[in-house]
Amino acid sequence: MKRWIEANTWTLGLAVLLAALLLLTKLIQPDFGASGLDSLARAALPFALATVGMAIVVIAGGIDLSIAAMMAVASVTGAVLMDGASDGQSVVIVIGVLLLGLAMGAINGALIVVSKVPDIVVTLAMLFVWQGVALLILNAPGGGAAAWLRALSAGGVPGIDWLPRAVVFLAIVTAVIWIPIRRSKLGLRLYAIGSDPLAAFRSGVPVGQTRIIAYALCGLFAALGGLSVTMSTGIGEPIPGPYLLASVAAVVLGGVVLGGGRGGLLGPILAVFILRTVRMDLTLLSVDPNVAAIIEGTIMVAVVMFGAVLATRGRKT
Amino acid sequence: MTMTDTPTAMNRLGRLMVDRPLLPLIGLLILLVAVLAILNPGVLSMFWASNTLKIAIPLAMLAACQTMTMLTGGIDLSVGTAATIAAYLTATLAPLIGVPPAIAIALAAAILIGLVNGFGIAICRVHPLIMTLGTALIATGCLLVYQRYVIATGVLIPDFLLWLGTGRTLGLPNSLALFIPFAILVIWAQRRSGFGRLLYAIGANEAAARLSGVRVWQVHFTLYTLSSLIAGVTGLLYLGQIKTASLSLALPLDLPSVAAAVIGGTSIFGGRGGYGGTIVGALILTVLTSMLTLMQIPEGGRRILFGLIILAVTALFIRLTERN
Repeated sequence: MKRWIEANTWTLGLAVLLAALLLLTKLIQPDFGASGLDSLARAALPFALATVGMAIVVIAGGIDLSIAAMMAVASVTGAVLMDGASDGQSVVIVIGVLLLGLAMGAINGALIVVSKVPDIVVTLAMLFVWQGVALLILNAPGGGAAAWLRALSAGGVPGIDWLPRAVVFLAIVTAVIWIPIRRSKLGLRLYAIGSDPLAAFRSGVPVGQTRIIAYALCGLFAALGGLSVTMSTGIGEPIPGPYLLASVAAVVLGGVVLGGGRGGLLGPILAVFILRTVRMDLTLLSVDPNVAAIIEGTIMVAVVMFGAVLATRGRKT
Repeated sequence: MTMTDTPTAMNRLGRLMVDRPLLPLIGLLILLVAVLAILNPGVLSMFWASNTLKIAIPLAMLAACQTMTMLTGGIDLSVGTAATIAAYLTATLAPLIGVPPAIAIALAAAILIGLVNGFGIAICRVHPLIMTLGTALIATGCLLVYQRYVIATGVLIPDFLLWLGTGRTLGLPNSLALFIPFAILVIWAQRRSGFGRLLYAIGANEAAARLSGVRVWQVHFTLYTLSSLIAGVTGLLYLGQIKTASLSLALPLDLPSVAAAVIGGTSIFGGRGGYGGTIVGALILTVLTSMLTLMQIPEGGRRILFGLIILAVTALFIRLTERN
């Protein structure tokens, strides 16, 4: 019970922090409104999707270093195929890219289970593989995106202008995929193998199969993240973005314990928005972007240190 | 091993790899060189060998950081950044304040990164992966800010670094003059010194090490500081070799340095491995890269093969050694 409250205090704290930051933004920039929120949400969308994917794998006791490379593969595949395609075709293409993401993740997971090589090493090797695949598909940024796809994340929701579509998109996608899983046996199994694989195995959890599913889900969210890059820029980007480090940091900030078994998805998503808001505020204050990167990194490291100290204290008492 | 054991070929190979992990790795290296010779007859020469050594040395030195941190169950992903910063500071400060002070400042900056890593990992108990990635991010930001102030001063690469990085003596690269004592020191420290034993002890069972009176935090603190210092020295060597000061000089070596240690048989969970294997691992990676370049495969295909081969070698190693 105490642990449950503790976990939720962290998420609540993050929500309060985000609200305070948005308030601060309003103070810095009095005309910050719908369009500001919209650009914030659109910039945060690929980061948030990558973080959700990473969070699922970390909850299941793993880590996926290849996430940014998988996003690149999804982004270029979507952009190359959609270039000049009709709306009907592009729906099929989007579904195909999502399946491709599932497949890439499942390959990562299967390799980890079959080869018994540590997950860090496997996904490190697969990082090179997926990078190579993305480069083979598209050598330089290019391709196109269907108009309806681009409209999915741009602007506000009709009727409620201040609510960015990107946030709604993120909420719907995450809820539709994660909530049924979380409520089912599979969700319990994901947490179980993250918490203690041996105990999970002895309680009859198919550990290998569950681990593959966790990585497949991560691949699915990576594909969504890759598509969201294509959505907002309109082209495919074969060079992986800075999503690996950012997603690991947001997952840790969001209260998911590296090593698995604890945490949810809401915390990491809030953490993504906090980090993006900090960056936006620094830009609004016309801080040199490089200095902003230093400040952002320092905040991330300081929070992680603070969290680690708290965790150690908690373990001792 | 009991008498009833019927040693199959696999079993025997596995035992061999546990007892003498270097032999199969050297075998793989020779195999790769042989394949290279068949693919492109005439490429093998003294010049080629010395060139391969020259390219492998910075990788092997950065992989020393990974080997030592991995022995305790950690990892140091800030080595590429520490090396880059040391190189960039040396090259840009040398025309302003002279070579020795520039190098002193450069190494101090590298050590600072290590101190921050050590503080986070040893005292706050942050996961090494997160901590070192985080400091790498901050340090890169600092480097970018610093770069704006020195853009006009020009670049000077000290002569002795050029000699060390690109020169040859009797057909062998001069960087061996730095690397051979370094490798002997690291291997000696791992096998014989108390510090080396502590690394294995912490990696094998941290709780047991703590209960037997090891001050784990002191070991971690020293280890990550030392790791960044080695990375800084590597950066200086790499500067002499590449002969340009760029903002991403040694960053592409970050992940291969982990791969070199892993291929060399060091366990990422700690407690097992050694620097000897890592050196061979670095050579294998270097030969592999030059092989893939010679085969004229497009960049994408090269990366795919590189990743798959790392995976295959590691999987094979684990499969063979786990039987015993």
